[in-house]
Amino acid sequence: MSEPSLEVTELRYSYPDGHRALDGVDLHVHHGERLALLGPNGAGKTTLLLHLNGILRPSAGAVRVAGLEVAEKSLMEVRRRVGLVFQDPDDQLFMPTVGQDVAFGPANFGMEGDELDARVAEALDAVSMLDSRDRAPHHLSYGERRRVAIATVLAMKPEILVLDEPTSNLDPASRRELIGVLQGLPITQLVVTHDLPFALELCPRALVMDQGRIVATNPTLEILTDEGLMRAHRLELPFRFDPTGT
Amino acid sequence: MVSIPREAFWAHALAGCLLLGVMILAELPPGFVARRMIVEVPILIFAVLLPFFGQGETVEILGMTLSVEGLWGAWTILAKATLGLGASIVLAATTTVPDLIRSLDRLHVPGAITAIAGFMVRYIDIVVGEFSRRKVAMASRGYEPKWIWQATPLAQSAGSLFIRSYERGERVHQAMVARGFTGRMPRYGEAPATLGQWASGLWVPIATSILAFLSLTVLR
Repeated sequence: MSEPSLEVTELRYSYPDGHRALDGVDLHVHHGERLALLGPNGAGKTTLLLHLNGILRPSAGAVRVAGLEVAEKSLMEVRRRVGLVFQDPDDQLFMPTVGQDVAFGPANFGMEGDELDARVAEALDAVSMLDSRDRAPHHLSYGERRRVAIATVLAMKPEILVLDEPTSNLDPASRRELIGVLQGLPITQLVVTHDLPFALELCPRALVMDQGRIVATNPTLEILTDEGLMRAHRLELPFRFDPTGT
Repeated sequence: MVSIPREAFWAHALAGCLLLGVMILAELPPGFVARRMIVEVPILIFAVLLPFFGQGETVEILGMTLSVEGLWGAWTILAKATLGLGASIVLAATTTVPDLIRSLDRLHVPGAITAIAGFMVRYIDIVVGEFSRRKVAMASRGYEPKWIWQATPLAQSAGSLFIRSYERGERVHQAMVARGFTGRMPRYGEAPATLGQWASGLWVPIATSILAFLSLTVLR
C-alpha cells in the first residue's frame, strides 16, 4: 500500500491545566481519501487538528504527514503539506485583499512573481472565487469567505486539506456550493464536522472521536446507522433524516 | 506646506488654490469635503482663543486688546491645519486603504507598523459590529443608559470585547503560523508605479515645494 497522507500514532496531549485532551489517538488517512472526523463537543477534535501541523506539540506519540514526522526541524515543510482551514474564516483572512491573503502562504514558502500570481489565480479558480481577487475579505458573504479560506491553503499545494467545521453558519445554498467545491478537489481531505448528512455526502469513511480517543472507524453509512454507537457518543441525525435514503 | 513662512500670505493663498483645484479635479463633492472638515473644529476653537490669551505686544482691533503673537499663532494654525486636512481628505478619498498601506510599505515604513495598520483596517469592522450587536442585545433587555453612572455595563462590555479581540488575535496568529508565517509579512501584488502615476502623484507636492522654496528665498 502507498504511503498514507496522514498517520497519527498513540498521540497524547494534556493542556497546561492538566485536562487530558488526547488520550492515545491512532489514525490513518490514505492518499486521496476523504475522511470525516465526528464526535461531540469537547472530544478533542480541534486539539487533534492543531497537532497535525505542529501548532500544538504532543506529550507522547507522533504525527507523520506523507512520511515526514512533525518535529521542530520539519515544521515549515509540514505546514506546507497540511492545509488547515479554521472554523471562523475571519480568523483565517487577515490581509487587505483576497488575492494578497491567498498569496500569503506560498509567499512565506518563497514563491514570488508570475509563478505566485498563477498560483493565486489557480487556487481562487478552484473555489470559484477568481472574480473576487481584489476585493476586501470583509466585503464578502460568509459563504464566500469560507471558500476563500479554503483557497488560502490550496495555494500552498498541500498534501492534505484539513477542515474544521466547514459547514457551520452557512446557509443551505452556500453549504451546497461548498460540497460541490470540496467534491471537485482532487486532494486528501480530513473534515471535522457535526453536520452528519454533509459527512455522509462527502466522505466514504468516518471516525468517531470521544474523550480524546478514536472509538470507531467505519464506512460513514455504517456509523450513522449504528444507533447504539451514535447514542453513546452524543451523535444525532437531523429530524426525519434517513441515511440509507429509503 | 509646513515650511512656508507664516508671513507669506500669498504662498498660502496659492497653496489653497492648488488644493481647491485638486479637489475639483478629483471630483470631490463639496458636502463630502465639508463633512470631513468638521474634525478641525476643536483646533479652530483653540486657535481663536490664542489672541485673547497670548503674551507680549498687543494690538487694538474692534475695541479688543489682542496679542500680536497670538494672532500670528491663530493664523498659522488656521492656515496650515486647513490646508493639511484638505490634503489628507484628497489622499483618503482618492486612494484605497490597501494601496495606501502597500505604498507605505514600499516607502520603507517599518513592516511592523504597516502590518498593524493592515490588521486594524481588516478587523475594525468586525470589532465595531460585535460591539453594536452587544448594544442591541443590551437594549433588547431594557438597558438604555442616559447618564454616565449607568455606563458600567457598556464599559464591562468594552473590556470583554478587548479580551475577545485579543483571543481572536491569537487565533489569527495560529492561522498565520499554519501557513508558514515566521515573523515577516511577505510582499505581494505590488506592481511598481508607472511613470504616469508618479507624474500625476508628484505634481502637487512639487508645486508646493516650489512655493515653499520661493517663499523662503527670493520672495521673502
